[in-house]
Amino acid sequence: MMISNGIEDEEKWLAEGIAGIQHNAFYLHRALDSNNLREALKYSALLLSELRTSRLSPHKYYELYMRAFDELRRLEMFFKDENRHGCSVVDLYELVQHAGNILPRLYLLCTVGSVYIKSKEAPAKDVLKDLVEMCRGVQHPIRGLFLRSYLAQISRDELPDIASEYEGEGDTFMDAVEFVLQNFAEMNKLWVRMQHQGPLREREKLDKERNELRDLVGKNLHVLSQIEGVDLEIYRDTVLPRVLEQVVNCKDELAQYYLMDCIIQVFPDEYHLQTLETLLGACPQLQSAVDIKTVLSRLMERLSNYAASSPEVLPEFLQVEAFTKLSNAIGKVIEAQVDMPIVGAITLYVSLLTFTLHVHPDRLDYVDQVLGACVKKLSGKAKLEDSRVTKQVVALLSAPLDKYNDIVTALTLSNYPRVMDHLDAATNKVMAMVIIQSIMKNNTCVSTSDKVEVLFELIKGLIKDIEGTSTDELDEEDFKEEQNSVARLMHMLYNDDPEEMLKIINTVWKHIMAGGPKRLPFTVPPLVFSALKLVRRLQVQDGDVAGEEVPATPKKIFQLLNQIIEALSVVPSPELALRLYLQCAEAANDCDLEPVAYEFFTQAFVLYEEEVADSKAQVTAIHLIIGTLQRMNVFGIENRDTLTHKATGYSAKLLKKPDQCRAVYACSHLFWVDDQDGTKDGERVLLCLKRSLRIANAAQQMVNVTRGSSGPVTLFVEILNKYLYFFEKGSPQITGAAIQGLIDLIKTEMQSDSTTSNPASDAFFASTLRYIRFQKQKGGAMGEKYDPIKL
Amino acid sequence: MNFIIGAFKPACNVSITFSDGKSRKQVSLKNENGQTVTVPLFHNQETIAGKISVEPVSGKKVEHNGIKVELLGQIEMYFDRGNFYDFTSLVRELDVPGEIYERKTYPFEFSSVEMPYETYNGANVRLRYVLKVTISRGYAGSVVEHQDFVVRNYTPPPSINNSIKMEVGIEDCLHIEFEYNKGKYHLKDVIVGKIYFLLVRIKLKNMDLEIRRRESTGSGANTHVETETLAKFELMDGAPVRGESIPIRLFLSPYELTPTYRNINNKFSVKYYLNLVLVDEEDRRYFKQQEITMYRLQETS
Repeated sequence: MMISNGIEDEEKWLAEGIAGIQHNAFYLHRALDSNNLREALKYSALLLSELRTSRLSPHKYYELYMRAFDELRRLEMFFKDENRHGCSVVDLYELVQHAGNILPRLYLLCTVGSVYIKSKEAPAKDVLKDLVEMCRGVQHPIRGLFLRSYLAQISRDELPDIASEYEGEGDTFMDAVEFVLQNFAEMNKLWVRMQHQGPLREREKLDKERNELRDLVGKNLHVLSQIEGVDLEIYRDTVLPRVLEQVVNCKDELAQYYLMDCIIQVFPDEYHLQTLETLLGACPQLQSAVDIKTVLSRLMERLSNYAASSPEVLPEFLQVEAFTKLSNAIGKVIEAQVDMPIVGAITLYVSLLTFTLHVHPDRLDYVDQVLGACVKKLSGKAKLEDSRVTKQVVALLSAPLDKYNDIVTALTLSNYPRVMDHLDAATNKVMAMVIIQSIMKNNTCVSTSDKVEVLFELIKGLIKDIEGTSTDELDEEDFKEEQNSVARLMHMLYNDDPEEMLKIINTVWKHIMAGGPKRLPFTVPPLVFSALKLVRRLQVQDGDVAGEEVPATPKKIFQLLNQIIEALSVVPSPELALRLYLQCAEAANDCDLEPVAYEFFTQAFVLYEEEVADSKAQVTAIHLIIGTLQRMNVFGIENRDTLTHKATGYSAKLLKKPDQCRAVYACSHLFWVDDQDGTKDGERVLLCLKRSLRIANAAQQMVNVTRGSSGPVTLFVEILNKYLYFFEKGSPQITGAAIQGLIDLIKTEMQSDSTTSNPASDAFFASTLRYIRFQKQKGGAMGEKYDPIKL
Repeated sequence: MNFIIGAFKPACNVSITFSDGKSRKQVSLKNENGQTVTVPLFHNQETIAGKISVEPVSGKKVEHNGIKVELLGQIEMYFDRGNFYDFTSLVRELDVPGEIYERKTYPFEFSSVEMPYETYNGANVRLRYVLKVTISRGYAGSVVEHQDFVVRNYTPPPSINNSIKMEVGIEDCLHIEFEYNKGKYHLKDVIVGKIYFLLVRIKLKNMDLEIRRRESTGSGANTHVETETLAKFELMDGAPVRGESIPIRLFLSPYELTPTYRNINNKFSVKYYLNLVLVDEEDRRYFKQQEITMYRLQETS
């Protein structure tokens, strides 16, 4: 209620003020129309008396002021025309000073003053000086600010600037500068003083009101920047020191912040560059509550843009040592403002970093220097918890990545990881992701183990559990994505030199070893494949690898691989380990390393026996083993026998009959390698197939017993296909008669009442028969072979 | 007073004219009836000369015991009404007793008259100069005619005119230093100065400069003092802080001031003061009064 009343009252007071102005304006116009000077002065003074109110907020006061302003323009027109009032401007200048109230008196004085200057009857500088001096009489902040802004406004066109008509005869632009500076200083004082008006509880409101008035003060700086005569020298020697003196001495945070910003925005960039020292020198002297980081950030932003605007200005930056100055200044500010939150300091460093990246992209040492300063600031502090701080640190760390598009550059920055150390685990991960993404995006190849070392040190948040963080709260999906990124990253680590590549692999292994059971399934496979790639590469250049002391031999790599996969098998992630063993075995096969391959197979079998318990997994595993084993050609007969025997043995021991059947007929391939010098043991092929046929029969019976109807004939058809395969390959043990028998068997099964028909298996059988028919018709050797078979 | 001739028809018309009446400067003067009349202006040591004509009403003869003209400088105290005190009294006999049948003109002259005091209209006292023509007539009652004129005296600019400079204050509350550029001002002068705030611990609202006239009449136990504020001129609006310096520029010409009169004929004095008044937000007034000397400067134009 209080507030709403306040607002209503204010409206009322404003309305009253406006009415008062209108009322007196009426008589003023009449006096002006009849060229009656005395009346005009009287009513204009009365009209201006409305501005003496203390009851309006700046906003409303402005409204009132504007109305009075309009009337004063008319009055000024009248004053200009001496014929109308018959009074010399000098006399007029005295006459208006007879007014008893100061505010109307000074408004009138300013108005006549402007006419006085235009008349050129007195030097502009004297009039200006008198006006700016007399205005001291109004010490009320709002009234004073508006009065002085009126003075600034009406004098703007009459400043004795270079090439202005008011220059010359002892009036120089320096007088104009002096005038504006003085008016600025006084306005600033009034503005600062506003905060002491009124009770403390209205502080917020006051600050708001002050903010509304700030542009009145800032306008002066704008006027200064518009004065032609203010060149770099004048700016450096006079304008800036004077303005800064005012800014520093006013000891008011609001003013200091606004005015610093104003200076930065209003004056040209090259001036800033040339006066950096002075400008920055003021920063540590500001009040500690001033948001100096924003000020400096804006400055650096402007300078960065300036640097970007044209390459010709870059030497200027070097010449004035912009970076060193900025860096020093930031250091001092941080030192001076003890209470500055860490986020502020980091923000400053981010800006400085952005600046140096723009201006001195070639100076990595600068970047490192900034990061170093940051480390210094962060040192001794606990891990950063504040999200705003971490956000800034991420920004800090991302900036060089974005700029250089090359992680390798960042890796040379010694302070980079040290900054990262200060991040909390979550942010550290985010940052690590950023780094990885940068690498992926830019397709950066990290090519030495040293760099890899540094890189993994940087992303260690992803590589291992950081102490003190609980893993429970991890989001499963995020975790997977992170680990997949790490996996992708591994493929970017590459060096043509096998030796170095091996080192890289070793380094990576060293790091990921610490990753724990959750990470290894993600990280090991890419490493293994990366190593295998190296193996293949070595194998190609086999001839060259002759020396005794070559560190990167396939053998050694395989030893390493063994270790790596072993780590995975104890995780436990047996299926994955098994697959990798098989991959390695195959690679070893290609390298002609029988013992190694055998060892890998052994490991695979051991895993199968000991770790793979799930029947489905067993089926998959056994098929993988069979498939791999089938392709192996490095084994001697004995080794091969052992392994095939094992494989067949396991196949027959699978839980489900169909699985057994399929595994067993798959085993048949182990004895018939369709190579030039591969094993071709038709006897054992037939054995396998017969065995699988038995199992299929048993399966059929089992189904009959349990369900009362036979299962589909699929298994038989599958076996038939195997028969056909080996028949065509020319195995002597597989005869047309056997095939004939099998076909008949299937037909009988299908016609049996108890058999449930299955369209898929029916179709399968039908197409198999069609194939046979096709072969028969095709004629030739194969046709003859098929001929005896009757369908 | 014997000026109650309104009831009787005057026996004759008397008129007084000054010999340089056309060229002499005329100024306005408030007479005792409150009306403003225009009268000639004289200075000390000037010769006052002219003619007095007596014209009987429509052919009647006027018998008289003699005609005289007096130049009187009078001081009139209002609280002692009716009592004039003549500090100057000069007489010229114009005619011996006789009869006047027709218009008759008498020249007169008071040469180099001492008129040290200026004409003054104050609150409690009036100083006037008057020419008084008396046609004495035994029992029929004398015919008396008055003609006022104004005397103003110029003073050369003082050779020594020090500024007024003073530091005043209330301990731990308000300390100011003020300066007026002179101690003696002529009537069309400008007071220039400044007020410097050394310490401000109270919330001031505004500051005025007043011009006060202090008129004291009588002497001893009968002294009457009357003080009027002739000008109230706002110097400052709002509350200054320490270190502020507020300019003063006050033009005296708009105000009706007189020179300072010190002990005029032991009857009265008129003094002028500058009163600096500071008003705080609770409307408490803090002031400091300083005497200034006013003088009349020969106008150049």
